[in-house]
Amino acid sequence: MNPKITDLETPIKNVGKARAHVSQNEGLIFEQSAPGKRGMELPPLDVPAVDPAKALGSEFTRAAIEGFPEVSEIEVIRHFTRLSTWNYAIDLGMYPLGSCTMKYNPRVNEFVARLDGLACEHPEQPAEVSQGCLRILHDLQKCLLSITGMDAATLQPAAGAQGELTGLLMIRAYLESQGNPRHKVLIPDSAHGTNPASVVIAGYEVQNIKSNSRGQIDTDHLREFVTDDVAALMLTNPSTLGVFEERIAEIAAILHERGALLYMDGANMNALAGVTRPGDFGVDVMHLNLHKTFSTPHGGGGPGAGPVLTKKILEPFLPVPVIVQKPDGTYALDHNRAKSVGRVRAFAGNFGVLLRALAYTLAYGSGIRQATEDAVLNANYIRKNLEPYFDLPYNLPSMHEVVFSDARQKAKGVNTMDIAKRLIDYGFHPYTTAFPLIVPGAMMIEPTESESKQECDLFIDAMRSIAAEADATPDLVKTAPHSTRVGRLDEVAAARKPILRWKPA
Amino acid sequence: MRYLPKSPSERQEMLAAIGTRSVEELFKSIPEKFRLRAPLDLPGPLSEAEIIQYFQARAAENARGYVSFLGAGVYQHLRSVAADALIQRGEFLTSYTPYQAEFAQGTLTAIFEFQTLMCQITGQEVANASMYDGSTALTEAVLMAERLTGRRHVLVARSVHPEYRQVLTTYAKNLGLEIEEIGYTASGQLDRAALKPETLARTAAVVVQSPNFFGILEELPALAEVAHGSGALLVTAITEAVSLGIVRPPAEADIVAMEGQAFGIPPSYGGPYVGVIATREKFVRQMPGRLAGQTTDAAGNRGFVLTLATREQHIRREKATSNICTNEALYALAATIHLCLIGKEGLREQALQNLAKARFAQAELEKIPGVRRVFGGPTFNEFSLEFPRSVKMINAELLKEKIIGPFALGTQYPELTKRAVICVTETAPRAEIERFAVAVRRILERPV
Repeated sequence: MNPKITDLETPIKNVGKARAHVSQNEGLIFEQSAPGKRGMELPPLDVPAVDPAKALGSEFTRAAIEGFPEVSEIEVIRHFTRLSTWNYAIDLGMYPLGSCTMKYNPRVNEFVARLDGLACEHPEQPAEVSQGCLRILHDLQKCLLSITGMDAATLQPAAGAQGELTGLLMIRAYLESQGNPRHKVLIPDSAHGTNPASVVIAGYEVQNIKSNSRGQIDTDHLREFVTDDVAALMLTNPSTLGVFEERIAEIAAILHERGALLYMDGANMNALAGVTRPGDFGVDVMHLNLHKTFSTPHGGGGPGAGPVLTKKILEPFLPVPVIVQKPDGTYALDHNRAKSVGRVRAFAGNFGVLLRALAYTLAYGSGIRQATEDAVLNANYIRKNLEPYFDLPYNLPSMHEVVFSDARQKAKGVNTMDIAKRLIDYGFHPYTTAFPLIVPGAMMIEPTESESKQECDLFIDAMRSIAAEADATPDLVKTAPHSTRVGRLDEVAAARKPILRWKPA
Repeated sequence: MRYLPKSPSERQEMLAAIGTRSVEELFKSIPEKFRLRAPLDLPGPLSEAEIIQYFQARAAENARGYVSFLGAGVYQHLRSVAADALIQRGEFLTSYTPYQAEFAQGTLTAIFEFQTLMCQITGQEVANASMYDGSTALTEAVLMAERLTGRRHVLVARSVHPEYRQVLTTYAKNLGLEIEEIGYTASGQLDRAALKPETLARTAAVVVQSPNFFGILEELPALAEVAHGSGALLVTAITEAVSLGIVRPPAEADIVAMEGQAFGIPPSYGGPYVGVIATREKFVRQMPGRLAGQTTDAAGNRGFVLTLATREQHIRREKATSNICTNEALYALAATIHLCLIGKEGLREQALQNLAKARFAQAELEKIPGVRRVFGGPTFNEFSLEFPRSVKMINAELLKEKIIGPFALGTQYPELTKRAVICVTETAPRAEIERFAVAVRRILERPV
């Protein structure tokens, strides 16, 4: 079943993972609208009708919204079903985006999130009729603390980047309580873009530090940078190269000696859960991305949740409210915390995401270690099988992901984006391109534990085949994808004259 | 384990192919002393049936079977089965952010439709692909106003949702923004007399919510005129988006920060919801968050891509307009599908039903001796009433009758003790509204 290059010289025919099939054409919903159609009816009004112009005054009312859709239920079902078939998804196969941890999203999690008694609870309803919600949150906190080895948690941040900001605000509040909030936060050049952006919103200056030739923090170099004006180092561990910081304990010690704190970006926690705990290797505060390690669906860009876990010293500064268990065993939200950094989001956080993460954790229990082992096994298996074909810029032990570069294929003018686009023709979503920034032409591959050996083998075959094409027929790769509804889209035109909404013709 | 697709022998084969004997060797870069020797202390593993049991037990500890008159930023509205079924299609549910446009046209097309709907609803020219929620959207709108005006003073109406103001305060603290709160008048609207020209001249934004936290509609055209007269922007928060089915859109505002939960998204104890930022075309490059734009491929086919990414953190890092990365795409999709279903006439009818039900409830409650309306301004589906006794006591009694009472204002507004905001949507049957009014009357008639 291995694809042959000859099969692929024309738009895709039949390779190991995929073959072409018909895709439905579909316009925008607005283009199907006609007066008088509707897709949802309301029960009849059972109280006297009110004239809005009389009730509110005509200066406060509007006419029906011009251009708003008028379509039937079946048209809506077909429209969005057709659109959905234009997407790739975890449910269709491996989604090897490095750093994104696209793993299986268990269906039971969707089921329980929709239970009557969970989906319809109002965040302001009294605690005595919210004990179930509060217990879910409390149970999740306990699980996350156990997995990370930390002491205290907030579940309020809506996503990883907001978790970063929350952690930094807590660091700031802690240092302020010590007399000096300091000015700088150190960030390695391999970090996610959210790290520096969050630092700025927390009112700090970014100090970029270079990775050494091994893609790791150079501890001698670090010592020079850690002054009394440094509040923290934000470190992703394993790094965005998928490599564990071997000198992590020394890094923590260097910071702690000067009164600075160690922030860990937990984006790559999928490499560690059940194997090691950040709380044991010197981390003071960290966030988790529940839409990565804890399997909540990415949904085409969100929602996420970015819980923050801290050591005892930062606990007084947690955002309000904090979930507490009272001596009588009941749960409550504690708003009365004098040293809190305040609120980062309305209400108690993305509850629906949090409960899915708990369902995931309960499914594994301590067996979560097996998931971590399989994730690392898959990454190393793919690495071993692709090493002869692609350049490996940092030859270090890989954990959950491996970063190659396009250095060899560049000789024929084929870059990481071309290879990524060609993967689409083979039925795979591309890996992460051009990140981390320390690797020119990066190809960042994270299979996760959700892939079988067979799926990994198909991916390896596809990548090898593309490597051969890059050599023999580079133009075929450079013009990919050939099998999608649309070819490469003109992004320059999109940005130069932005069309950001539909307008009636 | 049912989520893991490998047999023990396949694991061995893969280890052999790598050239390692044990999986432990793959973790050798983690210093020995930090490697866990014992299993983690976690509940489980649970089978699917046990997971369902656990969550059913939790659901039974909540307010299942209660009727609620709470609004305060989160609303019970009708939702359709079709919308919920569509967002559970794996191709939407389990896909990533659409960076690889050719393989994500479904998500991108839906975002483009979402942006269009949000513009139509708010009367604005551009809307982004979503923010976390209304509270963070409002904060980002204020930061955007600061960038656009170069000014650091912000005037925020006290009638803006208290939790939204708290989020703004948290963000503003370290960015050198001065937040000044502006009170309200007897109408419940922002006190325009408190907007002093000398303050406005150094103000980035006047921030109001409409309908505001008391349920009152603000006079946005007049506020815009005052703000614009001094070079300040008008930022408008909307927490009850269904109001825009009949209420004049905030077209005069420069930036609209909206919570889209009312568009078919369940309350879910606080989230996930969907925040929206909508603004004028000329401000788009200072906007936070993702944007989908229309373009073509080489063959001239219409397609959509994420665009103007040079505003975003993954390109601009510390110079980005925001740190936001993950947003609320799935719930933007849910809102989009819901709005397509309910449609032009349906949205208007829904808004009219809210208005009628709220007016009916208000009239029923105002018949009770000692119960009075607090503010004179126009209202949509929330209204504030004053009670002759403590709202906390009334709510505690109502709870015994499986009624979740209104939002008590006293904690957030000490001057408004014994006042509460009541919310009535199209989901409240007349009989339940009447039962609520009867219960309140009975509670108030009891001897102290």
